[in-house]
Amino acid sequence: MMLSQYVPVLFIIGLGIFFAVFAVVASRLLGPRRINPAKASPYECGMITLGPTHQAIPIKYYIIAMLFLVFDLEVVFLYPWAVIFRTLGVFGFVEMMIFIFILLVGFIYIWKKGALEWE
Amino acid sequence: MFSSVPPIYFLIVSAVIFAIGAMGVLVRRNAIVIFMCIEMMLSAVNLTLITASHYLNSLDGVLMVFFVMTVAAAEAAVGLAIFVLLFRGRRTIKVDEINLLKW
Amino acid sequence: MEFFQVQFSKADLLVVAPELVLAGFALLILLMSAFIRSERKGFLGYTALVGVIVAFVSLYWEMGIEASAFSDMVRIDPFSLFFKVMILIIVLLTVLISLAYVKREGIDFGEYYVLVFFAAVGMMLMASGANLLIIFLGLEVMSISIYILAGIMRDDVRSVEAAFKYFLLGAFASAFLLYGIALTYASTGTLDLGGIGRILAERTWINGLPILITGLALLIVGFGFKIALVPFHMWTPDVYEGAPTSVTAFMATGVKAAGFAAFVRVFFFALPSLQPYWTEIMWGLAVATMTVGNIIALSQDNIKRMLAYSSIAHAGYILVAFVAGNELGQSSILFYLLAYCFMNLGAFTVVILLGKKGEENTLISDYAGLGFGHPLLAVAMAIFMFSLAGVPPTAGFMAKFYVFSAAVKANYYWLAVIGVLNSAVAAYYYLRVLIYMYFREPEKELTIGGFSPAAVLAVIISVWGVLHIGILPSAFLSLARRSIEFLL
Repeated sequence: MMLSQYVPVLFIIGLGIFFAVFAVVASRLLGPRRINPAKASPYECGMITLGPTHQAIPIKYYIIAMLFLVFDLEVVFLYPWAVIFRTLGVFGFVEMMIFIFILLVGFIYIWKKGALEWE
Repeated sequence: MFSSVPPIYFLIVSAVIFAIGAMGVLVRRNAIVIFMCIEMMLSAVNLTLITASHYLNSLDGVLMVFFVMTVAAAEAAVGLAIFVLLFRGRRTIKVDEINLLKW
Repeated sequence: MEFFQVQFSKADLLVVAPELVLAGFALLILLMSAFIRSERKGFLGYTALVGVIVAFVSLYWEMGIEASAFSDMVRIDPFSLFFKVMILIIVLLTVLISLAYVKREGIDFGEYYVLVFFAAVGMMLMASGANLLIIFLGLEVMSISIYILAGIMRDDVRSVEAAFKYFLLGAFASAFLLYGIALTYASTGTLDLGGIGRILAERTWINGLPILITGLALLIVGFGFKIALVPFHMWTPDVYEGAPTSVTAFMATGVKAAGFAAFVRVFFFALPSLQPYWTEIMWGLAVATMTVGNIIALSQDNIKRMLAYSSIAHAGYILVAFVAGNELGQSSILFYLLAYCFMNLGAFTVVILLGKKGEENTLISDYAGLGFGHPLLAVAMAIFMFSLAGVPPTAGFMAKFYVFSAAVKANYYWLAVIGVLNSAVAAYYYLRVLIYMYFREPEKELTIGGFSPAAVLAVIISVWGVLHIGILPSAFLSLARRSIEFLL
């Protein structure tokens, strides 16, 4: 019955797996293999890295990320509002301006506090 | 196109995701991973809400999802700040090493 | 799908007037704290005080009206008015005790008051929400503000650890609450509390009872965490101990009041038809909460931790009234919360007054000899301890009396017996503080570190509240009854 609807999906999945396996196996079987140190190194071109490659990320990125996260998500409320903007009329407009005003207060606050300064 | 899939399937999927998230919170030790598990639980709830909303033909559930997403973002921002603060003082965010307060 | 018809009138704003006032003042203080010079920061606390008073005044127009606003999202009725007054009292006392405390501890940021106000807005929305969406939003606004408040002493690892624990467990619990809401919605098709109540009462259309019962259980977990019921109480002692004491006082009273407000509204207004399913669970939770809270409190040496376990035990007593569920039981929930907010805030204020920067003096042995060194403060502390223990003529006694008589009236004899036995056990650790204060020689010089007229005023208000409610309880009980009777 309804499960039969999934047959095409299953087919696509099978095809995908087959193609991936086929490509890897075929290149393994058919392609020539000659290994030398330059090929085995992580970077085939450029310099060998000095010291640890995992560096701590400056804390400033986290602040920017946090602020971005909060302000970005507010757009979730702007999209539905934009869709029915005409239906809502003046009331919706005023409502949204109040919403943005509150965001603006937060923005002025973080600005004055220096959270947006990089140095 | 989804109308032929019974809603219980979606509810079961979201229950399973919710349970995986809850198990993750209980067994993992890294605070960031625990928080990711909590976010997963919230996503499972969102799936339930959208399923219900779709099959009941009501908008309330979708509306709720918007707010859940916003709240999750606010929670994430506050949580990251707390983790950073804690790491600065203790050099760890493993939950079993955070044990100054105890009876 | 239907389109939302937006209806709006100025009367809607009146329904959320105190919330709007507090939110407005919060934004104002936020802007001021960004622009004001640091030596004039004391000004911010007084602005907050003005904000609370304006919010009180705005309540005047809400008296006696019963209306819902914003497409039935929030309601103003005697029930929400009662809780709004209570929350504003809590905020007022919190601001009073914070004025000197934040300066002493070096946390006199404007953000402190902003977060207290936002938390209070969340609490009020929880009390007045008529829709599960608003209750969830209120809960989160409150919780997120308090996560930050708990960790606001940034350089104190214990404060940050408290915030960390509260945050992780709080977010975990709100996921459970949210799943409960989602399943309730899935089985009844609406988030409106009145709508859920009607559908369940008529049993016209329920989409799978097991789903609804699962949702019910998850709601109990979610709310149980916020009001610290055993076995969802693990965070309470750690967070109460680590957080700044003024925040602990705010948290212990405000979060509990708002949590119970939402709990009562959801369960007695939307889910009364499921009472047979939840009474048994609540019975077990009440017994576990009272017993575990009191027994662990016996062995505590830190007074903040002792008060944390005592707050768990008090949640258990309130749950007894919840189980009883009759008219007296429901009014005594409100009565108990009011009494509890005065006695608990008072006790924490005394703890704050005895601390100094870097030396909090929170061990019970630090209170030795207080009765001779500072007789007035010791008398106030004694009144709060008597009230928490339930000794007449204090508010705590009358509250316990009403709760247990409600249980007896509803034929829950065993519950009443267990409750009374628990209060007897609890008397031990409250009176231990008194013994230290009056019968032990002081081990060290006790000076009032953070003396401030505002905090003393807070103590006086709390003493007045405890004694007034204790001596003339009937007025408050009938007020509580009038506040809750429309829910029935």
